Amino acid sequence: MQKKMAYSFPDEVLEHVFSFIQSDKDRNAVSMVCKSWYDIERWCRRKIFVGNCYAVNPRIVIRRFPEVRSIELKGKPHFADFNLVPDGWGGYVFPWILEMARAYPWLEEIRLKRMVVTDESLELIAKSFKNFKVLVLFSCEGFSTDGLAAIAASCKNLRELDLRDSEVDDLSGHWLSHFPETYTSLVSLNISCLGSDEVSFSALERLVGRCPNLRTLLLNRAVPLDKIANILRRAPQLVEFGTGTYTAELRPDVFSYLAGAFSSCKELRSLSGFWEAVPAYIPAIYSVCSRLTSLNLSFATIQNPDLIKLVSLCPSLQRLLVLDYIEDSGLEALASSCKDLQELRVFPSDPFGVEPNVSLTEQGLVAISWGCPKLESVLYFCRQMSNAALVTIAQNRPNLTRFRLCIIDPKTVDYLTHEPLDVGFGAIVEHCKDLRRLSLSGLLTDRVFDYIGTYAKKLEMLSVAFAGDSDLGLHHVLSGCESLRKLEIRDCPFGDKALLANAAKLETMRSLWMSSCSVSFGACKLLGQKMPRLNVEVIDERGHPDSRPESCPVDKLYIYRSVAGPRVDMPPFVWTKDEDSSLRLS
Amino acid sequence: MDGGLVLLGGGGGSSGVSTNESAVSKVEVVSEASSYPAESELELGLGLSLGGPGGVTGKTKAGNSPWGECGRILTAKDFPSVASHRANTGGPSSVAVSGIKRAAESVPHEGGSPTGVSQVVGWPPIRAFRMNSLVNQAKAPRAEEEEGVGEKDKPKDALKKKPYNGKKISSGVNEKGHLGFVKVNMDGLPIGRKVDLNAHSCYEGLAQALEDMFLRSANSAGSEKEQVTKPSKLLEGSSEFVLTYEDKEGDWMLVGDVPWRMFLSSVRRLRIMRTSEANGLAPRFHERNEKQRNKPI
Repeated sequence: MQKKMAYSFPDEVLEHVFSFIQSDKDRNAVSMVCKSWYDIERWCRRKIFVGNCYAVNPRIVIRRFPEVRSIELKGKPHFADFNLVPDGWGGYVFPWILEMARAYPWLEEIRLKRMVVTDESLELIAKSFKNFKVLVLFSCEGFSTDGLAAIAASCKNLRELDLRDSEVDDLSGHWLSHFPETYTSLVSLNISCLGSDEVSFSALERLVGRCPNLRTLLLNRAVPLDKIANILRRAPQLVEFGTGTYTAELRPDVFSYLAGAFSSCKELRSLSGFWEAVPAYIPAIYSVCSRLTSLNLSFATIQNPDLIKLVSLCPSLQRLLVLDYIEDSGLEALASSCKDLQELRVFPSDPFGVEPNVSLTEQGLVAISWGCPKLESVLYFCRQMSNAALVTIAQNRPNLTRFRLCIIDPKTVDYLTHEPLDVGFGAIVEHCKDLRRLSLSGLLTDRVFDYIGTYAKKLEMLSVAFAGDSDLGLHHVLSGCESLRKLEIRDCPFGDKALLANAAKLETMRSLWMSSCSVSFGACKLLGQKMPRLNVEVIDERGHPDSRPESCPVDKLYIYRSVAGPRVDMPPFVWTKDEDSSLRLS
Repeated sequence: MDGGLVLLGGGGGSSGVSTNESAVSKVEVVSEASSYPAESELELGLGLSLGGPGGVTGKTKAGNSPWGECGRILTAKDFPSVASHRANTGGPSSVAVSGIKRAAESVPHEGGSPTGVSQVVGWPPIRAFRMNSLVNQAKAPRAEEEEGVGEKDKPKDALKKKPYNGKKISSGVNEKGHLGFVKVNMDGLPIGRKVDLNAHSCYEGLAQALEDMFLRSANSAGSEKEQVTKPSKLLEGSSEFVLTYEDKEGDWMLVGDVPWRMFLSSVRRLRIMRTSEANGLAPRFHERNEKQRNKPI
């Protein structure tokens, strides 16, 4: 029987058409059309994104996609950022590098997030991939400057080296010198996380000077203010720049030299760094302010009025990260001067103080919601909130896609009415129909989850802490949020019932994290047994869960879908339904 | 165990309830919580079987886990609701989360007594990178206030006030004392751990925590050959392991030698070393052994 369709194209034509399809979702859809499209697509897919490194294993990936040039992997769950995941849990990249070294000699890009990367892995990357171009290690750990030296020395075509927020064992600042003198292809360098006291300044300056395509340079704190000007003068084409420690005694010659250096950077659009910034040197950047689209002052100690003055000079700002020193008054000023603002993050300068140290309240955020029509992404730490404010924000800004509110004291009520903040967050999910990410805080009952389950149809990631009354809350979310991919919960009274009743939902999500909740080990085992394509990990450092009474809830629970089966590198404090200790890393 | 549990098919794709099975489950869940609408405003969701301190009315729901039955890490749930204290005063009693973060590995204990600073791991949710930088900017005067804490028998003038130069992000230590996670490795174990130095105010506390972390879990995992059946005194050098640390200059020193706060400001990471390997560690090692027994730290 002729299965061949009258209008079928030769493979090369289809491949060419597919090459215009970049998004993973679309590519996946293409591959499901028919068997021949599946086959053609898999041979020409160049970029892979693995949201959970344990959802699949390298062999499966390599078998399906033999010609990959770029891979992105994520390891630990998000709450690892807040020290909730014990060290040694997992997320090792080495097995991936090992397999890819054999299968993908032409690999160009590796992007990792929250993974454990060893020097051995870096050395293997350095010698296995001849055309290696991009290395991004986002919130990774486990490696030292020795590994970086290997990358610098061997990767002749390296374009991008980005270590953002990673924990690097700083053995020596001289790894930079391992970039050979003939190496000129650097486009992006982010070493802002390095603590090294000795960064070889001359090596840095020479490197910057000989790389004409350098667009992004984010320095670390060790680079003092008086070294910046020379670096900038060597790279006036920079688009994104991060200073080091931005403090020094005010000296007019240093100031004017620095101001001149900044003003010669006509392409500069993004500034960051500014550790320990002193007001005296802030005016040195004034000449670039009008062009700035992104400004990260979240490590800068400057306060009002210097801070207000600075942001008022940046009318093109699309992205602002700042400490709560900006206060409500600063946010009001921002709302009137920065009409293009899309993303705002306000961090606490004194998160553990009992009394507020600054005058930053819900009013600042409300002002922004009135004044900034393009605002879509918010991360806001504050100490008080009201339902009325949240309703106003929701009505003003239905275009919000990411809304993360952290009221610093758990279970804080609406300070005006003393009620829970259910209604406020309910308004957020009701009005912001494209909301993809939401983090809750304050006093919340099951009602807020009812709203979320009812309205938040596009929600992909939800973070919950110290909220809810009963399993009904969790049930609302799991049964109502159709697009939910990641759910992370801590310190909520959610237990077995909602989890087991919605077991099938878990296979449609990337992962579920629950810590300090009320889930029993029995339920975890049952879930693991009933759902073979879920890995149900109980993370509990108090010893075997069976050594505690049945009613004692598990400490932490991490559930994720996987086609790779149970993992083979579990540490002793991770318990699954399989009691076979031979599977464990001893 | 299969009995009362109904696993819903159909996933979350459709928000509606489409099968009989699903309907049953939903009803189950709904009926269990039918008391929720009226009472939820009063319930503050605390596990009161702990018999925590008052100020809160409410009751443990039937079926919720009785928290009090087992030791666990304290969370803000253990403390009186901030709500009752909040009332526009933002008063000092709202101490639910201020203060030191506590290592997840430290020994859990029962009952919540929020007499002072409470300890909630990972809250507020601020990433370690930012936390380190934040605390580097702590104002000096506060540090002076804290200097008296944790000192035992060392003369105060032994405590030099080290100017914190703000460069050592990785030291995990700060003047405010809020983040003090340093890495700890133990000889023979491939996986290191992290311990929060600021959860302890003296060497004993730290040593105890480390013993629990490394020696106790070695027991329960059953995978370590060198099982120590009774608590060893890492500080006294009488066990087969000693506690050492790497200081800012990169030298490995025996823990316990300098005043606690001085130790905090110079420690970069810890290592539980085999005593046999520690011989060449510090010239005064053996001498120290003698001193340790006589001098309380």
